[in-house]
Amino acid sequence: MVKPIITVEHLFAQYGDTQVLKDVNLEVNPGEILVVMGGSGSGKSTLLNHMLGLKTPVSGTIMIDGVNIFTAKSKQLRHLRQKMGVAFQGGALLSSLTVADNVRLPLEQNTSLDTQTIDIMVRMKLELMNMAGTGHMMPSELSGGMLKRAGLARAVIMDPKLLFFDEPSAGLDPTTAVELDELILTLRDAMNMTIVVVTHELESVFKIADRVVVLFNGEVVANGTVDEIKNSPDERIQNMINRQPNTYRDDGEVYFNRLLDKDNI
Amino acid sequence: MNIEIEQQNNYQVVKLYGEVDLSNSRSIKLDIIKLIKSKNNVIVDFTHLQYIDSSGMASLVEAFNEAKENHTEFHIVGANGSPLQVLQLTRLNTVFNLADSVGAVTHNG
Repeated sequence: MVKPIITVEHLFAQYGDTQVLKDVNLEVNPGEILVVMGGSGSGKSTLLNHMLGLKTPVSGTIMIDGVNIFTAKSKQLRHLRQKMGVAFQGGALLSSLTVADNVRLPLEQNTSLDTQTIDIMVRMKLELMNMAGTGHMMPSELSGGMLKRAGLARAVIMDPKLLFFDEPSAGLDPTTAVELDELILTLRDAMNMTIVVVTHELESVFKIADRVVVLFNGEVVANGTVDEIKNSPDERIQNMINRQPNTYRDDGEVYFNRLLDKDNI
Repeated sequence: MNIEIEQQNNYQVVKLYGEVDLSNSRSIKLDIIKLIKSKNNVIVDFTHLQYIDSSGMASLVEAFNEAKENHTEFHIVGANGSPLQVLQLTRLNTVFNLADSVGAVTHNG
């Protein structure tokens, strides 16, 4: 039996009095593309932030490659983070550095490779992202799609074992979104990366996912293959797939608490 | 990771075993470049290589460039599995001289 590379167990998170994750459990197997899907406010970004160790939960554990990320020592975490790449939604490039200097940053900070080797690696990754010759450009000169691809180049510059990708196709034109989906599949196939994608873009979900976890109001309401999700009898999932406004509502008490919650702004 | 270097005909054959990654790619590069600077033709044998990351590939690009500058031969042979996929992904299969085996190069050389 394959040992999962990520295990999330009984994860609860809240902002103020509002519970944003409620007993989330999931596993990610090596070499798998897991898509966490959900609408705005479903808790998917909160889940991602917890997986990255950027947030501390109320309770629950996340094990990544055998390390409990909430209790690990800083040296263990540093070692683990070198095996992880993160592509943030808007690319999250440093605006004062060129594209190439952004992409090379993890190598400069974490390795003692020669400058010439690093230069070649940066060019190779920019080529892979179809961004050859853009290394000298500043982030402000790039389109939305190029920013995402540059962010992805930086995320994979160290050939991570595990890649997290936040909303890869959000805000992109359809052609660029398809290109990015292809790239995600290539990274998994050729570099054997395990990839966790957080998105609400259905076309992307159905194209790239080996498995889909659907979050709704902070709860996992489905966990299965693309076909299983498509055929789910759950009304909330069908509404999501068919782009119907979701008529499902919390009960009155949860709604009432949210209206009075000082942190819920 | 293990590396063995042996002479076959007019070539120094560098056999790579295991995994080439950030932790060892620099020392492998230095070993290969040393052979090239001594005017040796080099064959890098991937037959037993299980994994190579992009620091390893970049190091081989540097070695290949060194061979060009020294007018010596530089070949990669036996690429299979994940290393072959990485060569294709990075399109370096269009850059390097690739062959199936050491014999395929030495018999033609």
